[in-house]
This record gives sequence, structure tokens and C-alpha cells, in this order.
Amino acid sequence: MKPTNIKDPEYFHKVVDCQYACPAHTPVPEYIRLIAAGRYDDAYMINWESNVFPGILGRVCDRPCEPACRRGRVEEEPVAICRLKRVAADNKEDIKDRLPTIMPKNGKKIALVGAGPASLTVARDLAPLGYEVELFDEQDIGGGFMRNQIPSFRLPIEVLNEEVNYILDMGVAAHFKHYVDSLKSLVDKDYDAIFVGSGAPNGRDLTKLPGRQEGDDSIHVGINWLDSVAFEHTKSIGENVIVLGGGNTAMDCCRTALRLGGKNVKIVVRSPQADMKASPWEIEDAISEGVPIFENHTPKEFVVENGKLTGMKFEKVRAEYDENGKRSLVPTGEDLVFMEADQVLIAIGQDNAFPWIERDIGIEFGKWDMPVVDQVTFQSTNERVFFGGDAAFGPSNIITAVAHGHQAAISIHKFCQGESLTDRPAPQVNLLSQKMGFHEWTYDNEIDHDKRHLVPHVDKEIALNNLKVEVEKGYDQDLGYEEAMRCLNCDVQTVFTDNLCIECDACADVCPTNCINFTDNGEEEDLRTRLLEPANLTDQDLYVSGELKTSRVMVKDENVCLHCGLCAERCPTAAWDMQKFSYSVTKAGKECA
Amino acid sequence: MSYLKSRFRHPESAKNDLGYTKANYEGALSTLCAGCGHDSISNSIINACFELSLEPHKIAKMSGIGCSSKTPAYFLSNSHGFNSVHGRMPSVTTGANMANRDLVYVGISGDGDTASIGMGQFMHLVRRNINMVYIVMNNGVYGLTKGQDSATADVGSASKKGVPNMYEPMDLCELAISLGSGYVARSFSGDKDQLVPLIKGAIKHNGFALIDCISPCVTFNNNNGSTKSYEWVRDHKEATGTFDLVPHEQEIKVQDPEQLHESVKLHDGSVINLHRQPGSLDIKCRESVLSALEEAKQSGQVLTGLLHLNSDSQNTHEIINTSKRPLNTMDEADLCPGNDLLQAFNQSLR
Repeated sequence: MKPTNIKDPEYFHKVVDCQYACPAHTPVPEYIRLIAAGRYDDAYMINWESNVFPGILGRVCDRPCEPACRRGRVEEEPVAICRLKRVAADNKEDIKDRLPTIMPKNGKKIALVGAGPASLTVARDLAPLGYEVELFDEQDIGGGFMRNQIPSFRLPIEVLNEEVNYILDMGVAAHFKHYVDSLKSLVDKDYDAIFVGSGAPNGRDLTKLPGRQEGDDSIHVGINWLDSVAFEHTKSIGENVIVLGGGNTAMDCCRTALRLGGKNVKIVVRSPQADMKASPWEIEDAISEGVPIFENHTPKEFVVENGKLTGMKFEKVRAEYDENGKRSLVPTGEDLVFMEADQVLIAIGQDNAFPWIERDIGIEFGKWDMPVVDQVTFQSTNERVFFGGDAAFGPSNIITAVAHGHQAAISIHKFCQGESLTDRPAPQVNLLSQKMGFHEWTYDNEIDHDKRHLVPHVDKEIALNNLKVEVEKGYDQDLGYEEAMRCLNCDVQTVFTDNLCIECDACADVCPTNCINFTDNGEEEDLRTRLLEPANLTDQDLYVSGELKTSRVMVKDENVCLHCGLCAERCPTAAWDMQKFSYSVTKAGKECA
Repeated sequence: MSYLKSRFRHPESAKNDLGYTKANYEGALSTLCAGCGHDSISNSIINACFELSLEPHKIAKMSGIGCSSKTPAYFLSNSHGFNSVHGRMPSVTTGANMANRDLVYVGISGDGDTASIGMGQFMHLVRRNINMVYIVMNNGVYGLTKGQDSATADVGSASKKGVPNMYEPMDLCELAISLGSGYVARSFSGDKDQLVPLIKGAIKHNGFALIDCISPCVTFNNNNGSTKSYEWVRDHKEATGTFDLVPHEQEIKVQDPEQLHESVKLHDGSVINLHRQPGSLDIKCRESVLSALEEAKQSGQVLTGLLHLNSDSQNTHEIINTSKRPLNTMDEADLCPGNDLLQAFNQSLR
């Protein structure tokens, strides 16, 4: 293999598994260290810069970082990154004086459709640069689906309001209760650019199932029902509730139903439980609140007697997978199963809907009737119109919407400055030695062996009787510290300088996980078979040095490196050094000249 | 400075026949200087014991005083250990071995502990052929007292202080061969491919086995002008050949028949396959090995590898015909057979 080019920022970026997996590339280990140091404001601001909604995401993020966390490969469970973010948000003091100063107006005006995370992120990035930002949303308050689809027992309204208002208070002109029913009307106005962050507002229904029409009064589409609960139009539900679907919305529906008076709430999914789309922790929470899950049941009929819904009939199926892993649900041939229900919530997915976008204003629509949007610039085929969040490529999650918002903001800024959109700003990176003295590091390199700490919950009796009581109490400062110490500091990189190495083997001998090897060079496939420990995880890179004096090379498998710094401590010539790698995605207007 | 090593290990670490991973053979985090050759030797011992699937509680680590003799703290923390007086590890080991012949004895010593203060004890240990592995971590300086030349420093070799050594060095391998040791090897801490099989062979050998292992002192003796630096040893070492050890339980497979020179069966049925060029040194012959060592020395080379092997050697227990059972398995009746037997025995001597 050729020597690894560590000057390419993407190499070390990939080693920081959590940050790499995060769509917004939030510098996770950096803020975790700040939490351990009790510097909650600093930790919060690092998050705020990167993901805009630390308090919100610290509760309801889909946390792609956690399955990626190296700790999960070293022991059983990853660091509770998401809940640590909440510790920063819960314990910070007033940070208003740290918010960006608003530059004088630059004469450019933009419109944002929808007040969800994508649009708010665009506003966050562009309002401080002097843009006149106009925001349109059909509700009377900002937040989008973070408000109307996420129940307040998971995300308290105060937290939501605080973080939404940081942005609205930047001088954003918000037109609430203003449903945009024509994009043309905006395009025809003098906006320099328009951003569509209107989400994926259409909940899927089972319109063709027998009994759907007759039972309509007792059958609701999940997201619409959650919406009406959030705005307090719906305050109760029957005792027997069936929730159809296996995603996070289904979990929210069943837990909300429990709090509105549902006694016998059950989830019924077509697929095996293991294939359910909901995050494992959401499923866990639903189960722990006493919601049973019936898997492999396909809905067949709504049973309506005398104009009243009495239940549903299901066909039992089993999942079969072909050689490509493609699943088909095959009926088992058993009798249909009847389940009693007063009300049914359908939470089987959601779709985009753009009836309000005229098809003659230069915006091309492609597959699935979705607008054609550039994956990098988020520009549509009408150069003034940009898309982001669920509106761009279909339903995803908040953190993805934030990432889209940042990139769209860069594009809009470049577009308004007459610059090329494809010329994207490079990330801001730095690599800094952590050596403080002889065998001393600026970071806490001792490895903590604690298992993941559980987040305390409020008493179930209390939680289930009040829709507004947040179920999770969050870590307190002490628990937050304990959990923060589990972080392996993967951003503190092991940097190897081959011409300093005397090949004494000290690093290879001391490495707890035997990552470091001195061996003859070869092709990657061959090298992976010759290392001290199996190197089967091919998406984890091998760090290969230049040729050493004995004509061997140093090969380090990044996979389960603990970043403990022992290699560097035991190195007599400082050929190994522990260097902190910072990587931040450049935001609109922050590009180095 | 870190004083603890994480307990986390690679999740896919290999297990040996006993179900142990290497972690079960490790010790505390080393407090020696960073880059010390001794740490590599410790690691090679860990590897050898792991690969041979030795039960850690059936190994005893014996040592004297010095940097080298500290190392038993850094490997095999589940084994027995005795850190004795300077240069007196041989007599303590002799006693231990006489009391319990069932343990594997790994003696760790340095060039000071062996070739200076312990020389008298060392010579008698070899002659008596105590069944043990004796590893000398040989760096040519007294590291613990800040780098004075030791008795194994070559003439003309200069440590960090810069003054060339004026006295003739002791060659521990030549001494051991001439005193009848049946397993004598020289190796280098920076060559685990060679060292690990040598340690495994030494453990399997019946009788005294010496490994004189050059182990650079990064702090006092890894400079230009030293003949015990990483660079000098790498540039000047020459191997007698390679070998692989096939433990008794395993099927004998020859890795490279072209290179196979000879197979030697050890007392427990294990086999050492020697690989080297035809016509090269016959390590079974003491005389030719001694002259080869001298020739290498003349030409400024360090001859490494297995230098001498005599698989017929008899250990002390066999020479003096002691009991086959360790003392700790004998009860009072065995140890004190009674007045009648004593009287009869005395009578037989009158």
C-alpha cells in the first residue's frame, strides 16, 4: 500500500467515527470533553454552531453517531452522545451574548417556505450575514414537525421555543398562519432566492382497506393526529387503540395514546419486529410503558358494526428473504386474527406533496413526483429555488435537515454573490499536538471502563398521566461527567513520523488492542490478513507509513484504537504523537479568502 | 505518565488451546524507559507462553536485580514470581526447582546480574543443568546506575558517555556451551520472529536453556559507536538459520522441505525442525559452534539464532536421581518414613 496521506483532511475525519457519521459533522469528542470539564456553555455553542438545535437534538435526534461510536466496538455500548448533548443544553447559562452579531443589511432578500429545522438552519446561517429573511408557515408558531409530530413528553415546548426563537430573534420576518399555496406567487416577487423546507407532510393512509370509509371517525393518520394533539384539538382517545406501523411515529402515537386515556394500546406491524424502522430506544421506551408489539400481521379489514369501529382483522404472515436479502411477507394460511379497537392510528410512513408548486415555473419534477434537486448544492432546476430537509429527497430526520440547511445556505449565499455553486468551501481543519510535557497530554487519556450509564426516567405513574411531563430526566452533572469519561477521544489522532522511528517495537508491545504492526508492505487485502489481530472491518482504514530502515512499514488498523496515547508515551523518539484533529464544516460566509 | 493500561482488548483476539487470550499472560504497564528492548522481550515471553498454551499458574518467574529483573512485573501476572537478591537468582531457582520440578522456570537476568555480580552462581547453574529458561537481557551497560560499561560490552564500544570500553567482554553463550548447556541461543529484542520460537524451544528443552538476548538501552547505549544499539545490531547480525518448534501434541508438518536441514526430537516428543543452508554450521557440535562464534566476533558480526542444541542433555533431577514428585505433594509419611527405616539405613552405612 502507498503511505497514508494524512494531509487529506478526510483521512482523520473518518477516524472520528461519531463526527463522520453525523450528517452535520458535529465535533462530538470536543464537546464531550467540555462537558466533562463543566464548560457547558462552550459545549452548547460548539453544538449550536454545527447542529443549531442542541437541546432539541439532545432529546430526539436519530443519533447516527451512536451506532458508529468506536466504544460500541470496543465494549458493548456506545457513548450516550445524544444524551450528553442534552447535558450541555440543560446546564448552560445564558448564551445570548454568544449568538452571532447581525451584519448590516446586504440588500438581498430570501424567502423560506416552512418553519422546520431546514428553513430555520438557512435563516440561522444567512440572517447574520445581512440577508433579509422572510419565513412562511401555516402554523402560528415555528418549529415545523419538531413541534407538531414530536410529543412534548419527549421534547418539552420550552426547549423547542428557546432554540427556535434564537433564530427568529435574528430579525427573521416570520409570516405565520400563512400557507403558501403557490410557489409561483413567491417566484414572481423580488426574492433573490427561495428555499423550500416544507417537509414531507402527507401521512400514508390505507384508503383501499375495507371499512376505511365507514370507520373514518375512529381512524386517523398518525402524523395528523399527533399534530392535532400538539395543538390541543384532540384531548382524549378510546380505551382500545391499535397503532399500525413500526416507525418512530408509530411509537410516538402509541405513547401519546396511553397518555390521553388509552388503556389497551397495541402496535401491529406487518414485518418482523427486528425489521421495524423505529430507533431501538424508541421501541424500548414503548415496550417499557406497556405497549405490546404484534409482528407479522398484515391489516386486512376495518371491522365496523352499526356504524361504529369495533376492531380490525389481520392476516398472519412470515418474512422470507431471497438470496439478495429482499424480503417478502408470505401469508401463513392461518385464520384471520381479529383485534378489538375503538380507534386506529395509521403510522405507516409519510410522503412529500407539492400540490402548491406550479409545474410551469422552471422546476423540473422527476421520479415519485419529486423535484429534481442537486445533491450537493440543493438547487432545483429553477436557479433561484433551493430545497432542503424532507422536501428535498424525502423523509429523513432533523439532523439531516440541518445539514441540508447549512449546505443550501452556502449555495444561496454564493448564488447571491454571483459565485459558482459547485465550488464548495473546504472544511476548516487543524492538527495540534496534545503534548504538555514528558508523557503528559492535555486530554484525559486514561481509559474509563464503565458501562453506559442509564438515563433516569420520571416515575411511570406520573409520566403516563400527563402528556407534558418529560419522560427522561436526563443525566445530572455527575452522571454526565461519568458518561463523558467513557468517550475515547477519537479526535486525538495517533500521528506517526516514519523517519523518527527506530523500530524498537515499544508501541506495538504496549498497545492494548494490538492495532500497531511492523511488517512487510503489501496490498491492502493481503496486509489485512497479516496483522497481529483480525482486520476484517474494511470500512475502517489501515494507516500505513512510508518505508522504514528495515524496509518494513508501520501498519495501524484504526478499528479499535483506544486513542489512549500509550504508543506515544512509550515511543523513545516521539515518532508517535497525539494530535487533536479539528474538523468543522465551513458555513455560509465563513470561507477563508 | 500513564500507570495503567486499559483492560479493553481487541474483541476478536485469538484464543489458545486453554481458551486464554494473550491478555491472560500480560502483566502491569512497564515503567522502564520508553523504547527499552526489555519490553519487547517481555512481550516475546507473553507470546511464547500464549502460543504454547502454558497454564500461567504452572510458570515461575525468577529474577535478580536490575532493569531486566524488574520486567517480570510486566508479564505473566497470573504466574508465580521471585525477585531475589542481586546475582542470586540462580541459587534461588535451584532451590525452587529442587522443591518443585513441575513448574516451568523462566529466569530473567541482565548482563550485570549475570556476568558481573552473579557470574559465580551462573556458572554453577549451567554445570548442574537446572531445568529452566535463562534469559539475559543484555544491553552492555548498567542502566539502573546510569550507564557504566558492563562485562559484556565489546572492546571499543562506547556508550552515551563516549569513552570506548577497554576490557575484553564475556561471551555468555560461549561460556554456557563450554559448561555443557544443551540449549544455547542468541537473539535480539528487535527480532520477535526469531526470539519467540527460541523462547518456545527453550521452554520445551530439558535442562538449562540460555537465551542471550541483545536488548538496546535507549537511554544510555543506543548511540553511534555502540555495538549494542538497535541500528548496529540490525546491520551486523547474522543468523545460524531458522527453526520451528512443533509441540508434542501437534502433527508434524514441515513448512519448507527445501530448507529443512534436520529434525530434532525433544524429550517430551516435541520436534525442532532446523532450517538452514546445507553445509553451514552444525549446531549440535560444540567445537564448531565455538569456533563459529569466534569467527563471527573477528569479523565484527553478531551470530544469532539457535547456536547449540543437545537434546540428550539430562537435567539436575535426572543426574542426581531425585524424587519424581514435588515436595508439596508429599505428606509426613513420605518425608519422615520412621525410626525403623532410619535405623536400617544407618546400619547399612556402618
